[in-house]
Amino acid sequence: MKIKEKSSVTLLILLALTIVGLFLANKFLDSYKIRIITLSGIYITLGLSMNLINGFTGMFSLGHAGFMAIGAYTVGILTMPIPMKEMNFFMQPIAPFLANVEWGFLPALLAAGIIAGLAGFVIGAPVLRLTDDYLAIATLGFAEIIRVVFTNTQSLTNGALGLKGIPNYTNIWWSWGIAFVTIWFMTVLMKGSYGKAFLAIREDEVAARSMGINLFKHKVMSFSFGSFFAGVAGGLLAALLGTIDPNMFRISLTFNILLIVVLGGLGNIVGTAVSALVVTIMMEALRFLDESINLGFIQLKGIPGMRMVVFSVILIAVVLIRREGALRKAKRV
Amino acid sequence: MLNIENLTMKFGGVTACSNFSAKIKKGQIVGLIGPNGAGKTTIFNVITGVYKPVEGQITFNPKDHKQHLLVGLRPDQIAKLGVCRTFQNVRLFSELSVLENVFIGNHLRIRSNVFSAVFRLPSYGAEEKAMYEKSCYLLEKVGLQDAKDEKACSLPYGMQRRLEIARALATDPRLLLLDEPAAGMNPQETGELTRFIRAIKEEFDLTIFLIEHHMDVIMEISERIYVLDHGILIAHGNPGEIQRNERVVEAYLGVE
Repeated sequence: MKIKEKSSVTLLILLALTIVGLFLANKFLDSYKIRIITLSGIYITLGLSMNLINGFTGMFSLGHAGFMAIGAYTVGILTMPIPMKEMNFFMQPIAPFLANVEWGFLPALLAAGIIAGLAGFVIGAPVLRLTDDYLAIATLGFAEIIRVVFTNTQSLTNGALGLKGIPNYTNIWWSWGIAFVTIWFMTVLMKGSYGKAFLAIREDEVAARSMGINLFKHKVMSFSFGSFFAGVAGGLLAALLGTIDPNMFRISLTFNILLIVVLGGLGNIVGTAVSALVVTIMMEALRFLDESINLGFIQLKGIPGMRMVVFSVILIAVVLIRREGALRKAKRV
Repeated sequence: MLNIENLTMKFGGVTACSNFSAKIKKGQIVGLIGPNGAGKTTIFNVITGVYKPVEGQITFNPKDHKQHLLVGLRPDQIAKLGVCRTFQNVRLFSELSVLENVFIGNHLRIRSNVFSAVFRLPSYGAEEKAMYEKSCYLLEKVGLQDAKDEKACSLPYGMQRRLEIARALATDPRLLLLDEPAAGMNPQETGELTRFIRAIKEEFDLTIFLIEHHMDVIMEISERIYVLDHGILIAHGNPGEIQRNERVVEAYLGVE
């Protein structure tokens, strides 16, 4: 009991420090840096939602970009002002039932989560009978299907043209507020009986079902929760960027999140959160590698995507040397 | 309590067990023996729903008036009815703590849904507290109370076996299937195990069906013994009858 109190005090201090830090950052940093910090909050939510599916429940799913797309489009369509909608949908008018809606940000985010969660449920029900790499392939396929569908549903998503002029509701407080909610949700979920059942499934499916755990029900549950938060994060992202199109939600987006989860340690909440922050900042900080570099005696030509090589090297190193993740010290739930 | 009728299980062309029938009465300890590869574990797997038999029927009535057909149910449904097992090669949730392992055994009886668990509603809180207390009690029963925060895989083998029994007991079974509980134990430990099995049977009002190779264990605690060889039931009876049965001696020692 003592340890419990101590750790919750530490958590509260950490929370307070983070809020103060965010407040100071918001006040003194320039808008570019604030934007990066806002983005890291979104990546924390994304990392944790994938961590629930892949890290805690042990299902190798690569469908995250698809659920993000659903969330992003939901928020985009629901929050966009009505005149803006008319401007966007010039190829084909928007579906009539959506033409006159303009929701607030919070209900739109909730809708994004719920629709993505439902999609997770519908996709999960057939797909989660598969395991390991088969599951990875099937979920990846579904994510691509969602993207292709969005490219072709002109009157619903404006197709390949994407959506422009989504109101920029997302600020540092929204993104980090949702990140905190996600951290809280994952922590209490994993503390309780249902979370433990997820862990049991990860550890040994045969033993888990012999102990009376309904594998299918728990897997679908975990998958839907993960999709819910992926949808919310997708919505935040849409309202941060203001512009979305189907090609944003390619597989590489899923891999960025997977990178965060693996670096932070599969099944490690604190690790994933820290690694989301670090990776997002590094993604920006290492941009100089993409440009041409003048070493004085030699001029290196810029190769776009060079910075990703750094991440690849780190990833390989982590997998070889510390499979449990770079930040394993923190207690795994 | 458990009634197995004409059970046949085939894997491709291999018949793992054929036409096996057995009756287990409430409160009995029943043994299942046979040489390696005789199909003993297969029978356990069929009872617990891991395999679906080619033929045969299994009925289970935990209370006298209610009959359940086990064939066709999923393993988790069968566990919910009150049939739980341990595994021949221990299958613990190895990265989790000892306490968590037993705690998970409680999960199948949970009544609160996942949302009341996340929002910590009082109903869930009370349930979790009861589950926690029961887990601690069971760990004390098997003598692992001091190891409750250790990782399951860090325990020595004998303790892992006891932890597996504790986890199975957490599911509130009426019928407990033990697959070679004494494997790898020395004579002193098997003596302890025999007493332990008797003790839990009394305390939790269990019926026990066990597979075992240690003849001293099986002869001492079983009331009835079924002997299997090459998937065929060759004898059944009380320990004395089995020891005198020629076919059993043949199966174990061979004939000239």
